[in-house]
Amino acid sequence: MTGQQIGDHQAHDPSWERRYERGAFAVLFLAFVLMPAFIYPRFGSQLLCFAMFACAFNLLIGFGGLLSFGHAMFFGMGSYLCAHAAKVWGLPVELAIVTGAATSLALGVLTGMLAIRRQGIYFAMITLALAQMLYFFCLQAPFTGGEDGIQSVKRGRLLGLVDLNNEVAMYYFAFAVFLAAFGLIHRIIHSPFGQVLKAIRENEPRAISLGYDTERYKLAAFVLSATLAGLAGATKAIVAQNASLTDVHWSMSGEVVLMTLLGGMGTVFGPVVGALVIISMQFYLAELGSWVTITQGIIFVVCVLAFRRGIVGEIEAWLRGRRK
Amino acid sequence: MNTQALFGQLLIGLINGSFYALLSLGLAVIFGLLNIINFTHGAQYMVGAFVAYFLLNKAGLGYWWALLITPFIVGAVGVVIERLMLSRLYKLDHLYGLLLTFGLALIFEGAFHHQFGSAGLPYSIPESLQGVQNLGFMYLPNYRAWVIVASLAICITTWFVIERTKLGAYLRAATENPTLVQAFGVNVPRMITLTYGAGVGLAALAGVFAAPIYQVSPQMGSSLIIVVFAVVVIGGMGSIMGSIVTGFGLGVIEGLTKYFYPQASSTVIFVIMAIVLMIRPQGLFGQR
Repeated sequence: MTGQQIGDHQAHDPSWERRYERGAFAVLFLAFVLMPAFIYPRFGSQLLCFAMFACAFNLLIGFGGLLSFGHAMFFGMGSYLCAHAAKVWGLPVELAIVTGAATSLALGVLTGMLAIRRQGIYFAMITLALAQMLYFFCLQAPFTGGEDGIQSVKRGRLLGLVDLNNEVAMYYFAFAVFLAAFGLIHRIIHSPFGQVLKAIRENEPRAISLGYDTERYKLAAFVLSATLAGLAGATKAIVAQNASLTDVHWSMSGEVVLMTLLGGMGTVFGPVVGALVIISMQFYLAELGSWVTITQGIIFVVCVLAFRRGIVGEIEAWLRGRRK
Repeated sequence: MNTQALFGQLLIGLINGSFYALLSLGLAVIFGLLNIINFTHGAQYMVGAFVAYFLLNKAGLGYWWALLITPFIVGAVGVVIERLMLSRLYKLDHLYGLLLTFGLALIFEGAFHHQFGSAGLPYSIPESLQGVQNLGFMYLPNYRAWVIVASLAICITTWFVIERTKLGAYLRAATENPTLVQAFGVNVPRMITLTYGAGVGLAALAGVFAAPIYQVSPQMGSSLIIVVFAVVVIGGMGSIMGSIVTGFGLGVIEGLTKYFYPQASSTVIFVIMAIVLMIRPQGLFGQR
């Protein structure tokens, strides 16, 4: 690959980076803790689910250099299976969510083995095509309810104790799941595994020559990302109490790309900020119909042409520049 | 066995195959020189159909005029897009081209949806191509026969221009090594711009062909383009003839599936893609 790469960042001072990450995390944490006081908690819970989805996607593109254009299949399958498990099998909420994430894990293994056989643009086209296949499957399979989806999923009680029909309780539960996923991603990025992944992104032939089985690393990253996307979808099924074809549609795959691009690919906090902006925009522009699609398209074009580091990437670059 | 229905599905398969071939051909030509996968291709096909509709209803120009003019109008839009936007991305990771063209596709689709809603607009078959031929074993509508023959002719012409003419030789040379070709005095940036315009023009032409068959609607391109991506992965983008053969072949396979096992007809191409990836990841006609 030539030229500027996606998720490319300059080498920097590690102690400053650590302080920056801690500071930014503290701000984010506080903002989410206080959020239910300012916005409708149900909307806040949905924001958290999409932020989780974008973080999962970012793990693959930002640190593995693989652009998946079919991540809706993991989000959607997680959502469907969680809704099905909670409604039809009557599983308690925590097990239903695990079922959803596990389904996406299995799907991630299957599709990952196919997709990582090609790189770059082909990888994007293959993931998109596989996701479309799954969309048609969901359209026809009886358990998904076709066009109607799975409606009025029961939330129940978390561990039999906390009633999740209380929107604030639901919010803090979604926040806990988000924190767990976010922490896991943080661990993965800073682990030796994450370092190898970065090396593969920078220069795959060199990583191979150093003796790394790069295909296995890429597959592992793909499966991790798929599982976390499934976790996000499953949590969304509980929050919104439904699962529908929207969750597996290609436009959902496009949306998660947009959130990550706008927030900053390869930055730790970018996807969260991107998800907040895009989901809020959809919420407030909802009655304008097609304008949501047009605005999304315009954001894509502007980001690619003039704003490739994204919101958080720009802020980070500014902070780093100021220190010099 | 119901031969009438079987041949009917085969015909639909060939029609779909014509569109797969035309669109994947355009994608391959653009990819060869620009190294960009043109996600806007489906939207440009849709715009082509709309331009034909406008020409008929606003300017009174019929099908044959539309066939002639539309590729140039939409191709000119393509040229503007290439000059203003795509040309800034050549030095970057190729994925940015994909993201940009995806954004453009959303803008086109959103704008047409805003203006015309999601209901399709009718475009009638031109008078000279109305009617059916009785072939004995089936009825063949004249327009459908025309689309298949004309698409095939355009595909072969494109192949001929690229593989057998001097212009095509420049094009192939610039695909291999643009710097060297530029050193020989060929204006490569202009060639790239015109190639993108030509690829977009092909998509628009396919849109005009499609207008009387499917209704003219804003979302007619988006689902088609994903199937065409799968077709491109199956064929591999190495050869022009490869795209043509794969396009028509997969259309026929899809038609046969619709007859023998209709439940799988919408997924069969993706299943074939998965199988090809397992056996020959670079695609049937692709080079490593």
